[in-house]
Amino acid sequence: MTSRRLSLMLLFALVHIMSPAVAELNYEPSAELSSEPGPEPSPESRSTAQTKAQTKAKQGYDYQSSDVQSLQDDEFSNPGMLWVDEGRELFAQPAGADGQACLDCHQQPAGMAAYYPRINPRLNKLVGLTGQVQICRETHQNATPIAYESRTALALTAYLAFLSRGEPFQPVAESLQADLGQGRDYYYQRKGQLNLSCAECHEQNAGQYLRGDLVSQGQSTGYPIYRLEWQTLGSLHRRFRSCDIGVRAEPYGLGSDAYTRLELYLRSRSQPLPISAPAVRK
Amino acid sequence: MSGLNVKRRKLLLAGMSGWLLQCLPVRLSAAENALIRSFYGDQTIVPSGITLKTPSLAENGNSVSLEVEAESPMTVMDYVTEIRLFAPQNPDPELALFRFGPGAGRARVSTRVRFANSQTITAVATMNDGRLHSGSSKTIITLAACVEPLL
Amino acid sequence: MSEAPESMTLKVRISLPESVAANDIVEVKTLVSHPMESGFRLNGMGEGIPRNILSRFFVTYRGEMIFETIFGPGVAANPYIAFSLRATESGEVRFLWEQQNGEVTEVVRQLAVL
Repeated sequence: MTSRRLSLMLLFALVHIMSPAVAELNYEPSAELSSEPGPEPSPESRSTAQTKAQTKAKQGYDYQSSDVQSLQDDEFSNPGMLWVDEGRELFAQPAGADGQACLDCHQQPAGMAAYYPRINPRLNKLVGLTGQVQICRETHQNATPIAYESRTALALTAYLAFLSRGEPFQPVAESLQADLGQGRDYYYQRKGQLNLSCAECHEQNAGQYLRGDLVSQGQSTGYPIYRLEWQTLGSLHRRFRSCDIGVRAEPYGLGSDAYTRLELYLRSRSQPLPISAPAVRK
Repeated sequence: MSGLNVKRRKLLLAGMSGWLLQCLPVRLSAAENALIRSFYGDQTIVPSGITLKTPSLAENGNSVSLEVEAESPMTVMDYVTEIRLFAPQNPDPELALFRFGPGAGRARVSTRVRFANSQTITAVATMNDGRLHSGSSKTIITLAACVEPLL
Repeated sequence: MSEAPESMTLKVRISLPESVAANDIVEVKTLVSHPMESGFRLNGMGEGIPRNILSRFFVTYRGEMIFETIFGPGVAANPYIAFSLRATESGEVRFLWEQQNGEVTEVVRQLAVL
């Protein structure tokens, strides 16, 4: 063998030996990667893509690292539980001019969260869980209105969502089809400077990497979530805002109609995943 | 390696010594050592007797689990008085100071800390008789804490 | 979006068994709600967000000091701290969290040692 070939072989062997140091940087997430490069979501193929997404529904939990998963699993030290604790207290606490507590009207709050968003009969419009908490607070308890992302609103939402843990969202009723359609349109609508729709990432590329991030299916069953990036508990609408800002689109407001309809659509496509609030995400 | 020209020989030697170096235990940089020395002066610090565990890879530097335990019988005569944690790459390198009484039974703490950068963190334990022990752990992070803007 | 009020009521979670055998070493877990604003972050306007962290966490058992944490801004938000305690006799375990503005939150639990 020539000395040239020998030296090349030695170099090759060295690189191979040193590869464990590099392999340390290669990270295999605990989830199985499902790459589903689906077709362009033209209106006709939307239902096909939707069925595909529904048959393989995976919660955000499956896309997290084992560190983050164990944070969610440990019910004691899941940081989101701090809000659930507070929500439990607030739910039983008298509030407002009449000193009424939520518990006075809602003796069985378990399972309520699975029905939202729904039509508020008095206002005859679609309202999400947090939106309803705000309405109850202001209208029925005659208390100071609370902001959508305020500590009180988050705590009550977290508590109610936690009580519905383990159940899937209720199927969307006929009366909600119009709102559902608008939510679905938003999901498939390209937007922003980056001209991306929710579906482009969360349907066509779920399981693929976007730079350093593993793209999830964008399921909503874990909300409200403790997001490590926020270092606090946050709502689904806050996450929608982050996504819209991420594609450089003008975001809607927290509790807006557009986001509430989108929330309804996400609820319909989450079947059969169970509610897992408060989830922990990175 | 006869027949190899000088350049190739140097390249091979450099590669092999690089490989050998990465097999050695964690060495702290001069700056990292200076940071620790600023607390303990010239006292001897034994680089064992304390285990510090952090994951080798953490996705989010905002919350990285950490467990530290200093070996000690934790009796009134022989116990750990404090453990100090250093994160040299953080904007404030003093992560935390843990103090113990002998009634703790074990000088062990679990918590979650922030990493502003991939780095090696060090724990230094002080015993009641003044002996010092240290241990280190390296973590690579993919998202920095402390310096990321709000969204 | 997240609030940093001047005065904060801390929410606390403590896992301490109600009773334990004598001489057992118990792992005590605690979780407290606090943003632990490091003071290094910038808001949307590029202004520094002021530091707002817990200053210390202090635990006594039957009046004796068991464990203390002096926090740096590098401790993650909503601090989780688990430590150990050797059970000797029945008595009070007092948990104290002090915020940077001096406000103190104290929780007292009874530990029965069999």
